[in-house]
Amino acid sequence: MDLSSISLTLLIASLMVAATPILLAAIGEMVVERAGVLNLGVEGMMITGAICGFVAGVETGSPWAGFLVAAIGGAAMAALFGFLTQYLLSNQVATGLALTLFGLGLSSLLGQGYVGIKAQTLRRVDLGPLSDLPVVGRIIFGHDPIVYLSLALVAGVWAFLRYSRAGLILRAVGESHDAAHALGYHVRRVRMLAVLFGGACAGLGGAYLSLVRVPQWTEGMTAGAGWIALAIVVFASWRAERVLIGAYLFGGITVLQLNLQTAGARLPVELLSAAPYLVTIVVLVLISGRAGGRANAPADLGKPFHASA
Amino acid sequence: MIRLVRRPAPSRFWAALSPLLAVALTMAVGAAMFAALGSDPLVALRTIFWEPIFGEFAWYFRGQLLVKAAPLILIAVGLAMGFRAGVWNIGAEGQYIIGAICGAAAGLALYPAETRLIFPLMVAAGALGGFLWAMIPAFLKVRFGTNEILVSLMLVYVAENLLASAAVSWLRNPESVGFPGSRNLSRWASSANPELFANTGVHWGVVAALIAVILGHVMLTRHLMGFHIRLAGSAPRAARFAGMVPGRMVVFCLGIAGVLAGMAGLFEVTGPAGQISIDFGSGYGFTAIIVAFLGRLNPLGIVAAGLLMALTYVGGDNAASNLGLPVAAISAFQGMLLFFLLAVDVLTNFRIQIGRGAVA
Amino acid sequence: MSELLELNGLTKAYPGVVANDDVSFSIARGGIHALLGENGAGKSTLVKTVYGLVKPDAGTMRLNGSDYAPADPRAARASGVAMVFQHFSLFEALSVAENVGLGMENPPGPRDLGRRIWEVSHAYGLPLDPERRVGGLSAGERQRVEIVRCLLQDPKLLIMDEPTSVLTPQEVEVLFATLRKLAREGTSILYISHKLEEIRALCDAATILRGGRVVGECDPREVSAGELAERMVGETLTAPKSRNASVGDVVLDVAKLNLPPVSKFGAALRDVSISVRAGEVLGIGGVAGNGQDELLTALSGERLAPAGTIRLEGTDISRARPTARRRAGLLCAPEERLGHAAAPDMSLTENAALTGTVRKRLTRNGFLDWRRTRDFAQEVIDAFDVRTPGPQAAARSLSGGNLQKFVIGREVLQGPRVLVVNQPTWGVDAAAAAAIRQALMDLASQGAGIVVISQDLEELMEISDRFAALNEGRLSASVPTADLTMERIGLMLGGAHDLEAADA
Repeated sequence: MDLSSISLTLLIASLMVAATPILLAAIGEMVVERAGVLNLGVEGMMITGAICGFVAGVETGSPWAGFLVAAIGGAAMAALFGFLTQYLLSNQVATGLALTLFGLGLSSLLGQGYVGIKAQTLRRVDLGPLSDLPVVGRIIFGHDPIVYLSLALVAGVWAFLRYSRAGLILRAVGESHDAAHALGYHVRRVRMLAVLFGGACAGLGGAYLSLVRVPQWTEGMTAGAGWIALAIVVFASWRAERVLIGAYLFGGITVLQLNLQTAGARLPVELLSAAPYLVTIVVLVLISGRAGGRANAPADLGKPFHASA
Repeated sequence: MIRLVRRPAPSRFWAALSPLLAVALTMAVGAAMFAALGSDPLVALRTIFWEPIFGEFAWYFRGQLLVKAAPLILIAVGLAMGFRAGVWNIGAEGQYIIGAICGAAAGLALYPAETRLIFPLMVAAGALGGFLWAMIPAFLKVRFGTNEILVSLMLVYVAENLLASAAVSWLRNPESVGFPGSRNLSRWASSANPELFANTGVHWGVVAALIAVILGHVMLTRHLMGFHIRLAGSAPRAARFAGMVPGRMVVFCLGIAGVLAGMAGLFEVTGPAGQISIDFGSGYGFTAIIVAFLGRLNPLGIVAAGLLMALTYVGGDNAASNLGLPVAAISAFQGMLLFFLLAVDVLTNFRIQIGRGAVA
Repeated sequence: MSELLELNGLTKAYPGVVANDDVSFSIARGGIHALLGENGAGKSTLVKTVYGLVKPDAGTMRLNGSDYAPADPRAARASGVAMVFQHFSLFEALSVAENVGLGMENPPGPRDLGRRIWEVSHAYGLPLDPERRVGGLSAGERQRVEIVRCLLQDPKLLIMDEPTSVLTPQEVEVLFATLRKLAREGTSILYISHKLEEIRALCDAATILRGGRVVGECDPREVSAGELAERMVGETLTAPKSRNASVGDVVLDVAKLNLPPVSKFGAALRDVSISVRAGEVLGIGGVAGNGQDELLTALSGERLAPAGTIRLEGTDISRARPTARRRAGLLCAPEERLGHAAAPDMSLTENAALTGTVRKRLTRNGFLDWRRTRDFAQEVIDAFDVRTPGPQAAARSLSGGNLQKFVIGREVLQGPRVLVVNQPTWGVDAAAAAAIRQALMDLASQGAGIVVISQDLEELMEISDRFAALNEGRLSASVPTADLTMERIGLMLGGAHDLEAADA
């Protein structure tokens, strides 16, 4: 095989693109989980975002409209989840699964007639001479706006949780909803907002797949990306900066295996295609083996809240 | 103002009624969805829910119903045990695929021998394959505390890749020219899983599903293991106090589900599907999750739920060919059903109180 | 002295129960007012109403002479009402400063807040480090966080809900000094408790609630504890019958047991040694979170102990699972009724099967005999006077006292060799508590060894023959109860084991 055909610069630049959908979904889900809600429907929200964004992108001709609609679509799915789990107190695991199954069905329904079409994609940000710098130019300055948006989002979430009062309240709600309620905070409202944010992020992530990374619509195109985003949140032990690391690591593996495939590595294609999933499992195991693996999980994660008094 | 008030004890009435209510609500919203897709909603509902059972071609559809329901029920019974105990195996699709691959491989290794022993051997191999595949998340969960939801799901994608490689390389029919896919197992007498009674759709998978339902029901209601499963889901700490060992529970629940899903895969590949092919994975493992919940995680309920879900498949195909409704509409419809079920479930544990109680 | 808060005819009903029925009283400015009553008397509902967590169905409140109807706790805090909760209001993973900030309307910046916490906590003799995580603090320190959080807002009225249930006697003294200082400075205090001596020592007025109604007002300094108790309970209580202490051989022997904590904020067991003889009641006192859960789960078999550390009648059972331990004769009743000792959503019959299968022979070849199980549940219900429609009722539909009687009865009727109970009368009404204590002492008279883990020192003094204190996972040597004074208990609970050895 010809490893020389793999350029490190290109590899890094393309891993950032490959990681962006997962990064968006994961940073959103992390906020949701910090508020104490476990939404396993990330995959469903992502694929809904992918199709909503794609349809809007094709119909309006503007990828920006696509991203906007994708965020709304993802948030709408999340609202459904939030209503069921927060107001009707349904089981969060089951409802998340339902969201995924429903999202997969709904998206392929909406996607009828959009298979095989190309949508207008995002242009890279042109930073003139900066983008022409060797190596660094391609890695740091040669991306489309959504890549930068995702990075800004990570920084924003990090600062929000660490420094703002709203972030403190969100963490408090995730740690102990009873205590937060006793102090007069609106647990359900905080959680609903977090869930909506998570949905919008997952929607953006999905749209990035269908509008930038692929860029076209195929059924089930998220192929587990939403689940991997969930795994990354665990890997990151609920910390924004580690979500970034996790997503980029994962993006790296994806890009590397694709490159190995094209470079004609003497490994079965199927093994390479399965590699990201296998690596995810290995990483999950390593994390849980670590002392106090779940110690950083929000204490009330996944527990239903009902103000009984 | 609408408020939820917790009932002192779960309502049996609503526990039984909520699936019916969910079905009714799904039909209503589904009708609206069909209308939006440009079909007459009543005709669409009739085509999906009435014609397969009572229509002109019911003799054909009714058999198809059992063919579709059998794997769903078989898998769902296994999943229900785990869901009751709080063991979230959502990778049944992977266990189903691996069961089919292992069973098929065991049979094909003996090709073209003609003996009746081959089919039972394949069933055992399929069950073992599904079991071992399920033991991966079980082992990781018990040994390292790794989240079984994510691991079992990741393994679905791994299984799909294994399936692809089996179909195109190591299980490929050496006599076919250029086409991927294994030998046709349903046409080889030793490995075939035929219709046992003509035009009924009953094959060995249906028989196995029936047995699984009965054993599952007896175990949950009468056996100590079943009691511990229910306890583990309802009050995990109390279950440990009672003597349930969490690790064994994880192994047991995933193991049962793996065995049943593996067998379902084997019955499918030797019967209705006929061969290992790239698109063998048909999503039964995921739909079975809906079936398990719709059946209230109760084996007897799962029979009804499995038949209903099979009806949506069969009726959906019917609607697709007769009315041009997209097949995808059916999976959206199925997802919706689970949503409504979860939503109306609130009535089991809470009463809805309207007005009163809020004098500011 | 003028009135700060007046309550007028407050009524609040929940389905099936009237929590507050036409409650009226008033609290003086700078007064320490006791709200006295049993569990379920309506104290909690009443203070939640004052704090804006509950809206009354009828009735009004006046604060400082003007109408007061807080929409939520924030409104209450804005009006100068602050509350220190019994449970549920701290966030373990957050720092002291973050916890304090969350309880304030307009907290100052982080640096200012830290400084003020430091100042206020030291001024009132409750020193706190603002940077520490609350999860690592002791129960007493956690309470300080709550109090400091309130004090930073200059409250006019401070509500304290059962504040001493988690404190050692010495910590109680510190708390009382703080409260008296506050009262002198003009803050009114509404003090909720069912501990009579405390109220007599601290409060200058008292309102007694029973069944949601006000049944009496008095100056607790002028009334005897017995009189208060009678008004609170509404009947005269019989003290447990004394028993002839004929003590036999050692039945339970725990030797140098070490075990890591159950949760990240629990306490590890360190070199715990216990020896209980047949016919004897060993009381283990200590503030919650000092290893009680760890000790109980180690004895019940939910967590296995290192080989050779736990012996029952000479047999090593350290590595035996719960079922095997029950077969051998070691039974347990955990503290948490709903979810640990019993499954809330399951029937009493099913809950009888939870622990009864081996000793009551409720299974055959692994299959449960539901009829025998139901009979056993009925037996427990009859013998322990559990008020319930029948064995088919769900556990969560029972009141705390009735469910606890069922849980204790379930173990007692299995004829254990050793019974370990954790907080047997926590949150239980006085009549049920008396019945449970009597049952435990009767069981001891029949020759079983009993271990009672409890935070209620009066209870331990009443029923145990020997007493040991659990502090940060270490168990003190046991001392005959007859030789103990409150002061010595306080020292033992505080972990002053050396001092106690010097005494001996």
